[in-house]
Amino acid sequence: MAIMVDKNTRLLVQGITGREGLFHTQQMIAYGTNVVGGVTPGKGGDWAEGKPVFDTVKECRDSTGANCSIIYVPARLAADSIFEAIDAGIPLIVCITEGIPISDMMKVREYLNMSSSRLLGANCPGLLTPGQAKVGIMPGYIAIPGNVGVVSKSGTLTYEVVNTLTQRGIGQSTCVGIGGDPISGTSFIDVLQMFEDDPETDKVVLIGEIGGDAEQKAAEFIRDHMTKPVVAFIAGKAAPEGRTMGHAGALVEGGKGTYLEKVEALKAVNVKVADNPEQIPDLL
Amino acid sequence: MNLHEYQSKNLFAQFNIPTPKGKVATSPQEVYDIAKEMGGTVVVKAQVLSGGRGKAGGVKLAHTPEEARDLSEQILGMAIKGLIVHKILIDPGAEIKQEIYLGITNDRAARKPLMMASAAGGMDIEQVNRESPEKIVREYIDPLLGLREYQARNVASSIRLPRENWKQFTDIARNLYMCFVASDATLCEINPLVITGQGTLMALDGKVSVDDNALFRHPDLAEMRDLQAEPSAETRAREAGLSYVKLDGDIGCMVNGAGLAMTTMDITSDIAAKLGIEGSGPANFLDIGGGAKADKVAAALRIILSEPNVKAILLNIFGGITRCDEVARGVLQARDEVKLDLPMIVRLAGTNAAEGRQIIDQANLPNIQSATTLVEAAEKAVKAARGATA
Repeated sequence: MAIMVDKNTRLLVQGITGREGLFHTQQMIAYGTNVVGGVTPGKGGDWAEGKPVFDTVKECRDSTGANCSIIYVPARLAADSIFEAIDAGIPLIVCITEGIPISDMMKVREYLNMSSSRLLGANCPGLLTPGQAKVGIMPGYIAIPGNVGVVSKSGTLTYEVVNTLTQRGIGQSTCVGIGGDPISGTSFIDVLQMFEDDPETDKVVLIGEIGGDAEQKAAEFIRDHMTKPVVAFIAGKAAPEGRTMGHAGALVEGGKGTYLEKVEALKAVNVKVADNPEQIPDLL
Repeated sequence: MNLHEYQSKNLFAQFNIPTPKGKVATSPQEVYDIAKEMGGTVVVKAQVLSGGRGKAGGVKLAHTPEEARDLSEQILGMAIKGLIVHKILIDPGAEIKQEIYLGITNDRAARKPLMMASAAGGMDIEQVNRESPEKIVREYIDPLLGLREYQARNVASSIRLPRENWKQFTDIARNLYMCFVASDATLCEINPLVITGQGTLMALDGKVSVDDNALFRHPDLAEMRDLQAEPSAETRAREAGLSYVKLDGDIGCMVNGAGLAMTTMDITSDIAAKLGIEGSGPANFLDIGGGAKADKVAAALRIILSEPNVKAILLNIFGGITRCDEVARGVLQARDEVKLDLPMIVRLAGTNAAEGRQIIDQANLPNIQSATTLVEAAEKAVKAARGATA
C-alpha cells in the first residue's frame, strides 16, 4: 500500500521540457513511474520522452487523468505553477524547486487551506515508494521495499540514511522529503499520521534539522497519536545561531529552534535519537 | 539581506512613514558640513549591520558642528561586534515624549506575517520578549487579505497609545505593511517609533531585512547590498552559486546538500571533541549543490582556502543523480587548478562510489585519502589536520 504514491499514481510533469524536468522525467520513467504527460506553456502539442505536452495543467489533467503533479519550474515562476495545479484540482502536488520567496509560499499555504489539494515541498527531493513509483529526484536504486517509513527535511542526507538502511537489509515503505523551506505544504505530522495509518509501515525514521518547531510538534504528535516506534536524527548540532545553513528554514533565531530543544523534545516522548546516520539501523 | 538604518528609513519614507530628514556621510568634514547645515542638535549614528550600536558608543548627540565632527572621527573606523563603521548617518535631534516598538515579521509557526508592537520601545525586542512577553501585542495578518484597519487600531489601543495618535498610527502601521509586502521583507522594524514634542509620530530608527530568494524581483533593493559589511568569502561563494557559512575550526568541509553538509559539520565537531583536540572542528558550512563538476569543486576549494585556519579538507559526496566517478575526476582536476597541498579526505558514497574511490586511490597522491563512511572520513580529517599542524 505505502503512502501518497504507488502503482496507481498517474503523474504529470510541470516544466517537462526544461533541462531538469526532462532529465528527471527520463529517470522517473526508467524507474517505472507512470508518467502520463507534461506541461510547458507554449509547447502544447509537442512530445517529450514519448509523453504528450500540454499548454495548461487543466488540459493535461482532462486528457490524461493525471492525479499527481510534479513541479520542476524555476523559483520565480514556481508559485504560479502551484496555484495552477491547485486550480486544476490535482490532489497531490510535489514541488522540487528551491528558492521560492517566502511571501509567495505564505499565499500558497492560505490558498491550499481552501482547496482539497496536498502540496509536498517546496525545496524537497520528492518521494519514493520502492518498486512502485518515484516522484522527484531521489536516486531510485538506493531504496528497497520494506516496512520502514522515512520522512525528512533533507535531500542527500535522506539518501545517506536510506542507503544505510538498504545496505543493512532494511527496506522502506515510502521515503518522503517534506523540504527545507520555512513554510512548506506538508509537515512531519501529516506524514507521521499517514505512516501510522499505513498497514505496510511498522517503524518510522524522522530526519529533522535546526530551525522552526516542526520536530517539536512532531514529538507532541508522536506522544499523543503514534503507536509505531520512531527513530530520529537531527542535523545542525554544530551550527551557529543566526545563520541560515543552506536550507532557507535551517536557522536558529532568538534562541529558538536549536538542536538541543528538538532532541530533548523527541527523547521526552521515547523517540530514539541517533548521534549520526550510521546508528539509525541499530536503533530501529 | 539586511539594510542599513539609513536605507531602511529611506524606504519607509517612500511609503509615507515620517522619518527624520537625515543625511549620510563618510568623512568627518562631511559630517561637519551636514551638521552645520541642519543647525541645532544632531544625532551622529554609526551605520553597521549589527545591533547594540548605542552600547558600543556608535550613537551620540552633538550640540555643535564641531562636536559632530569630533565624534565622527571616533566613530568612523570603529569596530562594532567585529564590523567596521564606514558610514555615518546624521539625523536632526528630536524631542521624545514616548517610545514605541512597531515591527512586522514572518511567523513560521503560524505561516503568516505578524505585526508586533510594544509600549516598551527603544529596547531590544528579543529581550522584551524573553523577560516580559506580555508587554508585546501580536496581530497576525492574513497574507491574502493584508492588514485590516481595525487590526492596526487594535494594536494602537492595546499598547495604550494616546487616542489622538490612533489615526496617524494606523496609517503608519498599514504603510509599514505595504512596505513589507512591496519589498518582500522578512522584517520591517521601527524601534523606536516616537511621539515627538509636537505630539506626532516619527520613525527614529529602522531595520529592514529582505528575503534573498525574492531579490530577483527587487533589483533596486539588491543594489543596496553592502559588500563591505560581509566577509569577502561569503560574497564570492554567493557569486559562485555556493552556500557558505564561515565557522572557526580547522577542517574545510565541502558537501553536496544542505542537510548532509550540516551532518558532516556535526560529526566532525563531535569527533574533534571526542579526541580532545582543542580548536579542531569544521571551518565552514559549504553546500556545493548537485553535479560537483571540477569548476565548482575548484571554486569551493578556493573559498575554503581563503581561510588561513584551514589545515585539512573533507569532501563528502553522496551521489544520487551525481556520479561519484565524475566527482573523483573533478576533484583531481580541481586540486591541480588550485595547487592544493593540504591533506584532503574524500568520502564518496552512492552512485558509482567504488569507481570513484578507485580513481582517487589510483592517482596515488600523498596528500589525498579516501574513506568509506562519514564517521571514518571525519576521523581521518581531524587526524590529518592535527598532523598538518604538528
